[in-house]
Amino acid sequence: MGIIEKVSGPLVVAKDMLGSSMYDVVKVGKDSLVGEIIQLNGEKAVIQVYEDTTGMGPGEAVESTGVPLSVELGPGILSNIYDGIQRPLEVIRSKSGAFIEKGIVADPIDKKKKWKFVPEKGMKAGSIVKEGEIIGYVQETELIKHYIMVPYGISGRIKSIKQGSFTVDDSVAKVDLKNKVFDIKMSQVRPVRKASKFKTKFRSDEPLVTGQRIIDTLFPVAKGGTAGVPGPFGAGKTVIQHQLAKYADSDIVVYVGCGERGNEMTEILTEFPELKDPRSGRPLMERTVLIANTSNMPVAAREASIYTGITIAEYFRDMGYSVAIMADSTSRWAEAMREISSRLEEMPGEEGYPAYLPKRLAEYYERGGKVESLSGKIGSVTIVGAVSPPGGDLSEPVSQGTLRVVKAFWSLDAALASSRHFPSINWLSSYSLYLDSLAGWYDKNVDKEFMAARKECMQILQREAELKDIVQLVGAEALPDHERLVLEVGRMIRENFLRQSAFDEVDAYTSLKKQSFMLRSMLNFSRKAEEALKSGATTDRISKMAVVAQIARMKEVKETDVDRYEKKIAEDINRELGAIVAEYKESEKG
Amino acid sequence: MKFEIEFKTIENVSGPLVVVGRQGNAKYNEIVKIRLHDGEERLGQVLETTEKSAVVQVFGPTNGINISNTSVSFLGETFMTGVGENMLGRIFDGQGRPRDNGPLPAYDQRRDINGYPINPASRAMPSDFIETGVSSIDGLDTLVRGQKLPIFSSSGLPHNELTAQITRQASVKNQSEGFAAVFAGIGITYDDAQYFINEFRKTGTFKRTVAFINLADDPSIERIITPRLALATAEYLAYDAGMHVLVILNDMTNYAEALRELSSAREEVPGRRGYPGYMYTDLASIYERAGIIKGRKGSITQLNVVTMPSDDITHPIPDLTGYITEGQIFLSRELTNKGIYPPVQPLGSLSRLMNNGIGNGKTREDHRGVADQLYGAYAKAQDAKSLSAIVGAEALSDSDKMYMRFGEEFENRFIRQSIYERRTIEDTLDISWDLLSSLPESELTRIKSDYISKYYKKGK
Repeated sequence: MGIIEKVSGPLVVAKDMLGSSMYDVVKVGKDSLVGEIIQLNGEKAVIQVYEDTTGMGPGEAVESTGVPLSVELGPGILSNIYDGIQRPLEVIRSKSGAFIEKGIVADPIDKKKKWKFVPEKGMKAGSIVKEGEIIGYVQETELIKHYIMVPYGISGRIKSIKQGSFTVDDSVAKVDLKNKVFDIKMSQVRPVRKASKFKTKFRSDEPLVTGQRIIDTLFPVAKGGTAGVPGPFGAGKTVIQHQLAKYADSDIVVYVGCGERGNEMTEILTEFPELKDPRSGRPLMERTVLIANTSNMPVAAREASIYTGITIAEYFRDMGYSVAIMADSTSRWAEAMREISSRLEEMPGEEGYPAYLPKRLAEYYERGGKVESLSGKIGSVTIVGAVSPPGGDLSEPVSQGTLRVVKAFWSLDAALASSRHFPSINWLSSYSLYLDSLAGWYDKNVDKEFMAARKECMQILQREAELKDIVQLVGAEALPDHERLVLEVGRMIRENFLRQSAFDEVDAYTSLKKQSFMLRSMLNFSRKAEEALKSGATTDRISKMAVVAQIARMKEVKETDVDRYEKKIAEDINRELGAIVAEYKESEKG
Repeated sequence: MKFEIEFKTIENVSGPLVVVGRQGNAKYNEIVKIRLHDGEERLGQVLETTEKSAVVQVFGPTNGINISNTSVSFLGETFMTGVGENMLGRIFDGQGRPRDNGPLPAYDQRRDINGYPINPASRAMPSDFIETGVSSIDGLDTLVRGQKLPIFSSSGLPHNELTAQITRQASVKNQSEGFAAVFAGIGITYDDAQYFINEFRKTGTFKRTVAFINLADDPSIERIITPRLALATAEYLAYDAGMHVLVILNDMTNYAEALRELSSAREEVPGRRGYPGYMYTDLASIYERAGIIKGRKGSITQLNVVTMPSDDITHPIPDLTGYITEGQIFLSRELTNKGIYPPVQPLGSLSRLMNNGIGNGKTREDHRGVADQLYGAYAKAQDAKSLSAIVGAEALSDSDKMYMRFGEEFENRFIRQSIYERRTIEDTLDISWDLLSSLPESELTRIKSDYISKYYKKGK
């Protein structure tokens, strides 16, 4: 039991704290606010408090719980919305009304609800189990079997195992280890600042299919990969994160609203229960967990929210699911770190951020990956982190620290955003380092030509950018016809393929099949038009063909009509170009 | 009776900060009363408290504070203010004391000025269109009830006129009740303050307005509390008295500078350009107090003025503001120099919540398409203009010339309007179709063909 000596914002110094450990959770002051020890100094402990410390003063008591900051995991966690330290916001709402008051205690998962527990085949008295092994499951939602795993630190022989309806706190099995009997419940607790255990990590060879054309085709991220999305305000970071949360083909989505707008969380809360997963047809909310620590909520809990999110993601990964975690925005997390660090009077690194910022960023992204878990199942955590660089300048520490660790980089561009080109991912400065490892998957599951088409598309865009520089100086008229065709095809790809509306029912999600068809048709147009130029056609004539408008409308084509439309476009390209060439030949004769 | 102990233990005075020693156990954020030897009283707030001393920021000047005979008492509560409906039609100073020579109003309640964060699960999605009567806002960057939409301005631009105009004119379609306004002048000049009060008085807006005025020569530390007083009052009017409240914080740049002053007095590690590292969080604690709460009748809409130092949108104040608010109205010096009022530059402006507030049943079915088309056409006009600066107007293609003409018409007929002109959304859309009808139908690719055949004015 310690005593407060100093209060300064979210930071409290307490004395008489001998015996407590770093990162232990403590209850601070007469309101018992939750805090965490972040520095030990002799018998003094520095504590960051996860709630507003207004009204707290020296002399009040501090009590250590002796456990690190943890999350409680078990059935009932899906569809929930939590604050940064996993307090359920709906429950808080029922307790304190519209505003969040201090010192509210609430169970992260419903302790009264009963779930139907089914033991795994072959699990019976006498079976030997190890930590992390699956002993049974609960059908939590229609799609998700919530597997019950043996908690860390427990292994031994099953003494008894039950079947039936239980609460998360009831014992469903007893495990005997050297004559010590452990009760296994459907819930378990994991510390958030430590990566969960696994057997082996793999290089991922499967993409996270997002339905977003520029991502899936040009800059894919692997399941178990990492992606960084930096961009100035108004560039559409949040819309991209929301699109991924809606349409990515992961089994589970964890969305962390870290220091961002309250209304953005409201939007998810209003939309997701209504929206259906394009593959399963079930409401999106059933596969989603939300962590909301908005910008006006306590800053220390913002720092924790990222860890709370990733630990929940790892838990589902261990059940063999593919999990995607979106963190919007990691810059706010870094700023929270900076604020605490500055109050600790640590020597600042760049721009006032603590010197350990790059290490924390790297540690976070390293918790992604495709693994064989302790249960033997293969699961993955894909991490997508938004970065909000001040003034849009990527030379700042958070962007740079992120760039060094992520393997897909979607660079949002203010100029594209202000011309209302969304998603405003810049195709020249973005990259994905997953192309090689994913090529095999695309060959097998999409089209053998797909990777080649992607390459050709990138070359056209690159060439278009070079030509545009020239046009700026001399005007388009001065270019030869075949170069003006490159400009035409470049524009076609930009406006009709890369640009994608998040708000149009059909356009918001494009399957890989349709993406491949769109790209193929555009490249086919490009090649055929080039041939026609050689036979005397002009770019002016070609760009006015009716089929060009049809290609522009491909994005509106329903997934079911794709095949028919592709055939028609190919035919029309041939017919119209043929007509132009014939006309030219005719005029030459005459 | 409450017992107040007075301490005469001031150890140190520096800038706006006072260190009080041997003070018992002051609470963090507790309010402090400082009594000078001549009986004058000032308020302060505890920023840091230890067993031996407390650091207090003084809301007011520190001149006259004396180490040997100034006394300090700790009031045991955070900064509270009275709130109530009787405050409408009144003017207060930056600390909430009447500035209009009237008596203290009868308050309905006393409240902590910092409020509590709204639970994200309790928020309702803002979706009611606010008709400001200004075409460039209603048409292109629609404001909705519960939104926070700042005005990014610069010195010399008419942000005062525009905010006053919006406050006068704002209404929600099909609803007779107007907005209550809470106006916080933060570090503004006497002239500017007078302008607002006169405007409101002249047009009858005043009786539904509460004004808090911290003038440019008032203590800068007071600016830390002025917006919070305004918001605490607004929260009462909105969530308890059920009114729709428009909050105008003018000017947030002065607020941020006061924050920097305080931070540097505390010798904190500075972030960008000397502003404290926690400025994002601090600004968010103000901006995020806009919104709508499920099950409550009223709403808070914020329309804050941010003047960009040297017109720089990447300066930390507009930058951090833009990351928190739901868009921005961007005022342009170029349009002002052309003599166009209001100088709203559509290409720099954005309303993130616009989609929720427009369309069939809210404004009109064609609104989204019209807005996109106007935006696209105006962007093309700007491109054509910069091209003509390089190659000369003669060398432009016919299409570029057409868009140049469109751009000029757009600025003169759509953006330009008078300070007292109130256009309905139908007026705004009608002007839009006048302008769009000067372009060939085939150019209108962002509008659904049904709407083109319904609204396009042939022969324009």
